[in-house]
Amino acid sequence: MTDLSTFEPRVTAFVCNWCTYTGADLAGTSRLHMASNVRIVRLPCTGRIDHLFIVKAFERGADGVIVSGCHPADCHYTAGNYHARRRFGVFRELLTFMGIDPQRLTFSWVSASEGGKWQDVVNETVDRVRRLGPFDSYHGLAGAATAADDPFAAIEATAASGDAPEHRGAS
Amino acid sequence: MSDLQDTARRLLDEGTVQVVIGWEASRLGARPVFVTSTDDCDRLIFDTRCVHNLATFLNPRRVQVAALGKAAVVVKGCDAKAVAGLLREAQFERDAIVTIGVRCGGVVSEPSGLEPPELTSANVAARCPGCDVREPASVDFLVGEAQPEPPVTMSLNERIAELDALSPAERFAFWTGELSRCTQCYACRQACPLCYCERCIVEKSQPQWIETSPHPRGNFAWHLTRAQHLAGRCVGCGECERACPVGIPLGLINRKLQQVVHELYGYTVTDDPAVPAPIGAYATDDTQDFIK
Repeated sequence: MTDLSTFEPRVTAFVCNWCTYTGADLAGTSRLHMASNVRIVRLPCTGRIDHLFIVKAFERGADGVIVSGCHPADCHYTAGNYHARRRFGVFRELLTFMGIDPQRLTFSWVSASEGGKWQDVVNETVDRVRRLGPFDSYHGLAGAATAADDPFAAIEATAASGDAPEHRGAS
Repeated sequence: MSDLQDTARRLLDEGTVQVVIGWEASRLGARPVFVTSTDDCDRLIFDTRCVHNLATFLNPRRVQVAALGKAAVVVKGCDAKAVAGLLREAQFERDAIVTIGVRCGGVVSEPSGLEPPELTSANVAARCPGCDVREPASVDFLVGEAQPEPPVTMSLNERIAELDALSPAERFAFWTGELSRCTQCYACRQACPLCYCERCIVEKSQPQWIETSPHPRGNFAWHLTRAQHLAGRCVGCGECERACPVGIPLGLINRKLQQVVHELYGYTVTDDPAVPAPIGAYATDDTQDFIK
């Protein structure tokens, strides 16, 4: 069980290369302050984001997921975001029906010029997921978590101790 | 059901088809039968025991069935929707098969016995009350007497409303309990007329997207995927649930997604193959209330 007083939500963001990734990059270069709980996975298009990405993120320790891409009519591939909108409209309802709180999911359109909006999306999602608490009910579905199930744990342990990762080059 | 037998006999006799796929009586109520000779047409039946969705056998990857030659298939309303689904997805040409539609007044949830049971609200299949295709429209032949409405029972919709009224945590507990029994035998997939992929995502191992260990986490991934891949395609024939050896109420998930695609995209699954499926299509003004 995660200690709630020190709980830091892990949020995975699946973003499209052309709009949201560039927007997130703009947020960074503009030095906008935002929660550091989000790990970004860059994909060509929201149309490339399979529902299994969300499932896998929850399996591997995410407490929340963001899916973000180009605004309608802005898709680099013309219609990828329209297809994604239909699929995720259905998938969100499916997850809700299966008992996964839709508040753990954020869907957004963030364009390349909307660094400020990305900051809002990140902060709001992290705050919301922090209030919901860790997603232990899903993480624990396969019994006690193992190190292999939790790729974040080793990274976080290293970051917390301040040690550099062990050098594995030829000696 | 002499209409049915006569139609089958004529089609075989004329050489229009080489096999008629229908139902015959058996110790377990009814079972699919592949009739290749006019002498065997007397075996064909249609009554309340004929639950199987025979469109499953039209999957061109079922090579043993395809090897029998051109097929005529006997379809209830729900089976006709599955045939339409296969046509919509270009699995075969319309004139590659002959469809014999039967007027249907509902079937039992679990076939048994040597005589067709009278339908009651206790034994009727959950999908039947409120059925909208008791007389399939887009078939080559339509046989049988007009049937009365299926008896009313607690419908899937009411059960879904009960689940929707629970909190997410309560629903999660309900589904964790149900899915914990799943052994990932994939009987639901094999029974489904629309789960026809040459290679299913669950069999891909590099990467292994769906954990094949039958713990609830792998089972959630499997059932979420099965449902999502059938969203807007499922005809609600209930064969997955009937095939399930551990009794997972898959019909609830399927019906829920039928409700969702209807509410969001105004789509109702139909036996008209010309109507496009909602997933794979889009409209520029689709609802996006859930997107920030």
